[in-house]
Amino acid sequence: MNATTLLVVIIGLTVFGYVIGRMRSIKVSQGTGGPSSLHSLPKYYGYMVALWCGIPALILLVLWLVLEPGILRSLLLDELPTTMSTLSENELSLVMNDLQLLADSGRIDAETDPHKKAAAIKLLELNSTSELMRNVLIFLVALNGIIWGLANVKIDMRARVFVERIIRYLLILCSLVAILTTIGIVLSVLFESIRFFKSVPITDFIFGTEWSPQTAIRADQVGSSGAFGAIPLFAGTLLISAIALIIAVPTGLMSAIYLSEYASRRFRAVAKPLLEILAGIPTVVYGFFAALTVAPFIRKFGESIGLNVASESALAAGVVMGIMIIPFVSSLSDDVISAVPKAMRDGAYGMGATQSETIRQVLIPAALPGIVGGILLAASRAIGETMIVVMAAGLAANLTVNPLQAVTTVTVQIVTLLTGDQEFDSPKTLAAFALGLMLFVTTLVLNVIALHIVRKYREQYE
Amino acid sequence: MNNTELIKKGLPKRYRREKRFRLYGMMAVMVGFIFLLILLTDIISKSLPAFSQHWIQLEVQFDPDVLGVAADAEGKALRHANYRAILKRAIRAEFPDVSKRRDKSKLAALISSSAEYELRDMLIEQPYLLGKAKTVWVRADDDLDTYYKTADKANAVRLTEKQIAWADRLQENNLIESRFNSTLFSDGDSREPEQAGIRGALVGSLYTLLVTLLLSFPLGVSTAVYLEEFAPKNRWVDLIEVNINNLAAVPSIVFGLLGLAVFINYFGLPRSAPLVGGLVLTLMTLPTIIIASRSAIKAVPPSIRQAALGIGASKTQTVFQHVLPLAMPGILTGTIIGLAQALGETAPLLMIGMVAFIVDIPQGFVDSATVLPVQIYLWADSPERAFVAKTSAAILVLLIFLVVMNGLAVFLRKKFERSW
Repeated sequence: MNATTLLVVIIGLTVFGYVIGRMRSIKVSQGTGGPSSLHSLPKYYGYMVALWCGIPALILLVLWLVLEPGILRSLLLDELPTTMSTLSENELSLVMNDLQLLADSGRIDAETDPHKKAAAIKLLELNSTSELMRNVLIFLVALNGIIWGLANVKIDMRARVFVERIIRYLLILCSLVAILTTIGIVLSVLFESIRFFKSVPITDFIFGTEWSPQTAIRADQVGSSGAFGAIPLFAGTLLISAIALIIAVPTGLMSAIYLSEYASRRFRAVAKPLLEILAGIPTVVYGFFAALTVAPFIRKFGESIGLNVASESALAAGVVMGIMIIPFVSSLSDDVISAVPKAMRDGAYGMGATQSETIRQVLIPAALPGIVGGILLAASRAIGETMIVVMAAGLAANLTVNPLQAVTTVTVQIVTLLTGDQEFDSPKTLAAFALGLMLFVTTLVLNVIALHIVRKYREQYE
Repeated sequence: MNNTELIKKGLPKRYRREKRFRLYGMMAVMVGFIFLLILLTDIISKSLPAFSQHWIQLEVQFDPDVLGVAADAEGKALRHANYRAILKRAIRAEFPDVSKRRDKSKLAALISSSAEYELRDMLIEQPYLLGKAKTVWVRADDDLDTYYKTADKANAVRLTEKQIAWADRLQENNLIESRFNSTLFSDGDSREPEQAGIRGALVGSLYTLLVTLLLSFPLGVSTAVYLEEFAPKNRWVDLIEVNINNLAAVPSIVFGLLGLAVFINYFGLPRSAPLVGGLVLTLMTLPTIIIASRSAIKAVPPSIRQAALGIGASKTQTVFQHVLPLAMPGILTGTIIGLAQALGETAPLLMIGMVAFIVDIPQGFVDSATVLPVQIYLWADSPERAFVAKTSAAILVLLIFLVVMNGLAVFLRKKFERSW
């Protein structure tokens, strides 16, 4: 019986607990004048028994699944010949994998090395003992829960209050997941980054101007010194994001103004969802479009007027990214523009201003903080965007501001460093986490500032 | 000249500016539409070739000597027979004038390598064919397929001149036929474009989304219920709220780093598994679902709560029996939109190893798998020309799924939306 079957059994027992708890409460109440004499509705007694049965068993199951591998491993280590215990951590995990494979394959025959054979047999034995123990123990806990719950079904037992309290705890637990996620992100990128900064000084990383993460595998290898200066990556990211914003901000802002101030209701009802489609298209699609359609087009066009354009130019990636964030800028601007009080508009019209004068000289200055906040959010989106640049921007870290050349970005490097064959301790893979830390911090700061500005602005008119 | 006249004089200029400004706005909206139009037509036009596939008719002799098996061989013995040899003979029979060794192999290259396996399966199923001849249709190689599909024949670079001559002869003799490419929907990935399909990726996406739905829906709704209905107003709850808003804006790739460091390296879950993909996407879509659910719950008027409390319901009963059912359409809309985002997400899944080349169709939550957007990314990287069409076709399928999901969300909102 594996863990999934066990889970099904637990769920089955829980449902059984509900049914029997409910029946029991009705039975208990019969002596005193029917179910209405109970403190709570019969179903709450059912829930109570079900909770007593399910929750302890589930907690135990999770604990078991988390702790089991470690315990089994240390038990197995005692069995292995002493030479093994002097092995390094990596070699040991190889041996363990080997044993696991041997045990799983079931092909233990005369040809296997006797040490390994003994260990593999031991492993099989431990596995089956552990599984048996787990199943029996959890089954007993669940059963015990039902019995305990049933014993608690009494006329004056406040089952509803009990159940509602548990529900509230569960709700709190769920809302902690968001916090845990943030902590998880911070800890995972921080720890790996610290390990990275032990081998590469943080100043070299932030201020270095050369990026070539290929470290030498052999000492005598040529040309792979491994330089981790991230300036070219930051410059590339900024260049592409700037191109994207140059496209997206005027277009997004103007279309928001047109749609909210000029367009007829019918046009708006059609045009707004159509623009929103641009935001719903997956980024990998934009990446494909940028790499196979826009980049060759820009290249051909550039060549026809005598410019030398790289086939993975920053311009292509930037333009397509700009298209992607148009609806983002547009809907944020729309929100802030429509939040400007009508009185300000009417005041301007009353002075004889035309509609465009009202927009340019009253609405936009009034909405400016909100618009700036929106632009910052759009910038953070552009900096963190991955697929478009992975597919359409280059890999070579050129330090340039020429949009016709190939540049690389932080996200491209994270993907490149982590998708090949990886050994987890090399600076090469750890560098990806350091870049991730930079990315996380930058976008976080941008978001916090932007949200703060937008909130301040809203309060101003409320 | 008094003020009125001054203003009148300036009026034509101001009206011109007004018109110009309006035009700029119109142009900005149009720019968005034009980009959308170009994008969609580009992808649809590129995808069309992927939906058909050329097949070649051959007269195959199942000659036991050529196959290298006994005349009465059956079952296992047939499994390792030399089917390539009978295929080569069959196509050479169509072109008896080809004699040079190099030309012969060029000729055989017109047939897809999948043809051998089809012949093998055919013979194992119908052993009586051994020693007989049969007319069969086999897939054309992707280079030949692409040659027939391109209008601009001069640039079909991957075929040699001789191969082009043969290809034209096949067409003259009516030995070539274009059919609907069902492989695209029935098979997993392959290095050969004519054998590659999106079935594996679709199933992988399905498993991943299932995990995401099962985890993110209860978690998201519970969090929203707690924050809207139960949470006290204190700094701790403020922290959770700020946290959720910030998580919504964290770049998706950072969630991939989290998945790699925590789920794979720390907890030791398998790489490339839909389970891990689903976990990462859950964390990513949670903020979307929470924010949508909160606004749906907030939209339920307080009178509903007061009425329920007034007739003796407890706080929990009020929330779960009255508020939540009324907020459900909004919550479901938000969940579907969150899942649509998850379906299109690529970057975090690259981090947890879902980029592997996987031929088999995944059978469960811990099998190695890939998802549709990652498949698109992988195919977009492939050098063969035929993969461009496959990629566009896969994109089209992905977009159709997204349109259906978003359409469902809009439908739900329209159908069940209540104004109080």
